Amino acid sequence: MLGAILRRVFPHPQLTAFLVMIWLLLVNTITPGNLLLGVILGILIPGVTQPFWPDRPRVRRPLRAIEYILIVLWDICVANVAVARIILFKSNADTQSRWIVVPIELRSPEAITILAGTITMTPGTVTAMLSADAGHLLVHCLDTDDPDAVRDEIKDRYERRLKEIFE
Amino acid sequence: MELIAEIVISLMLVIGGLFGLLGSWGLVKLDDTMRRLHAPTKATTLGVGGVLIASMIYFAVFLDRISLHELLITAFLLITAPITANFVAKAHMHRDVKERDLPKTGGEYGWAGYDEIGDSEQPIDTK
Repeated sequence: MLGAILRRVFPHPQLTAFLVMIWLLLVNTITPGNLLLGVILGILIPGVTQPFWPDRPRVRRPLRAIEYILIVLWDICVANVAVARIILFKSNADTQSRWIVVPIELRSPEAITILAGTITMTPGTVTAMLSADAGHLLVHCLDTDDPDAVRDEIKDRYERRLKEIFE
Repeated sequence: MELIAEIVISLMLVIGGLFGLLGSWGLVKLDDTMRRLHAPTKATTLGVGGVLIASMIYFAVFLDRISLHELLITAFLLITAPITANFVAKAHMHRDVKERDLPKTGGEYGWAGYDEIGDSEQPIDTK
């Protein structure tokens, strides 16, 4: 009985906690009033938006997720310097841009979205398309002479970790 | 202490400004829409990131309060930048790139968005 009521009020506890946190960050001060307003929003928004997320992603290893975020942040810094060097020191004719097809084993839409976003933010690659059966990603690579190595790095560095986190 | 903070803040602002400039320069210099996408998605992230770090240090050291808005801005930026890039890429490909110019998917189905396969064969649930 109590469990049913709790599930009614908090259909998605992580989302509620997340919204409260976002609200506190937005107002930038922690007071009881703000906390209360945050909790009210955290109950209202998941309730109203429930039809939009029939399946929710399950994060199985939160610690691995933190490791993943740190790796991606570091890679973003590296990516910036790498792309800056190409822009500054390489002529357009020397830059070898290519399409790369990355087969993906991830199945949850959230995990694929994160992988696609990560590929865009990291060195020299932008995700452009997903195949109709969600089995392959089309990635544009700014400058590479070894497309296979780029593909293997994406699979080993990001996809393997996301698989551990989500599946 | 304040001097060190000032130096770090200025350094961050300069780095941020430089990368912002580089991103814009890349947009002008590169010659193909797909290539051009690389510059603003990446260089600009670090540009804004530098300014945000400078802002956080400034508030913490000189105004004695911790400002967390910057973390939110970073998060929103990291979430929206790839999505924007993806939409620009998609729009460009629909207009100017034929599916036969792209590498094959290697699977049974083609790239999503190019509906050369019939509607009946198109999987509705893409999971």
